[in-house]
Amino acid sequence: MRAIEPWVEPPLAEFLKESSARLVLLMTSSGQVVAQHGFTRSLDVMAVAALGAGIIASTREIARVMSVPTLGNVVHQTSEGGVFLASFVMPDATWIGLVVFGSDTSIGLVQLFFGRLAATLSTAAPSAAGRAPVLAERFEEELNASLRTLFGR
Amino acid sequence: MSAAWTALLDGITRVSGVRGALLVSADDGLVVAEASMSDVDGAAAAALVSSLARKLGRITGAIGCAAPRLVMLEAERGGLAAAPAAEGLLLVAVTDADANIGLLRLALRDAVERLA
Repeated sequence: MRAIEPWVEPPLAEFLKESSARLVLLMTSSGQVVAQHGFTRSLDVMAVAALGAGIIASTREIARVMSVPTLGNVVHQTSEGGVFLASFVMPDATWIGLVVFGSDTSIGLVQLFFGRLAATLSTAAPSAAGRAPVLAERFEEELNASLRTLFGR
Repeated sequence: MSAAWTALLDGITRVSGVRGALLVSADDGLVVAEASMSDVDGAAAAALVSSLARKLGRITGAIGCAAPRLVMLEAERGGLAAAPAAEGLLLVAVTDADANIGLLRLALRDAVERLA
């Protein structure tokens, strides 16, 4: 497991232990990766983060067009497991979690412990004041630094 | 919730000491229907009980028995009973400590037969 924000690691480790998830990606609603577990290639992470954020943005827009308050979690299931995608509110932003799970666990367990992870992260988040924003002119530098953190190279 | 499932679960919650009943998708751990579960987090119970039932099924398989027909868990202030049913469903009853377990077993067996 790798996390850009160190305070994310303990609750994420707990989630992994309880849910038996195989792959996890935590990102902001703009697709900026916060933490990952199980991915081995930076290209995979970037693509999955962008696609996951796109799916959440699409479902939010569908809800707006349909005039419904919000759409819940997105789940794709196969006979061998599934993919769970959900957004949750942090103190200063909306984050997205993408979880790939196998047949050794269940969507019910993933959903249950993801809800607890989201609540714990929301409580544990430090205030936004101490964190520097990712400015456009430093974007590539920030991205490369994040990938080094997430993949240890 | 369909009237048939309401009637099915009502047959379980009518037993003395039963606080609530759930019909759970055993593989997914999701609630299909529930009755009288106001003081229990039904979604959490469904996810955890289905996981427990799956693990116990592995144990009974490992010792050469077939899948469990009834899982009972007694705790200090209550307990639960879970019975696998047709179509990959799991019937779950959440009980107080003084629940009438004998009647509950009969009610669960009856409900499982009705689901078959």
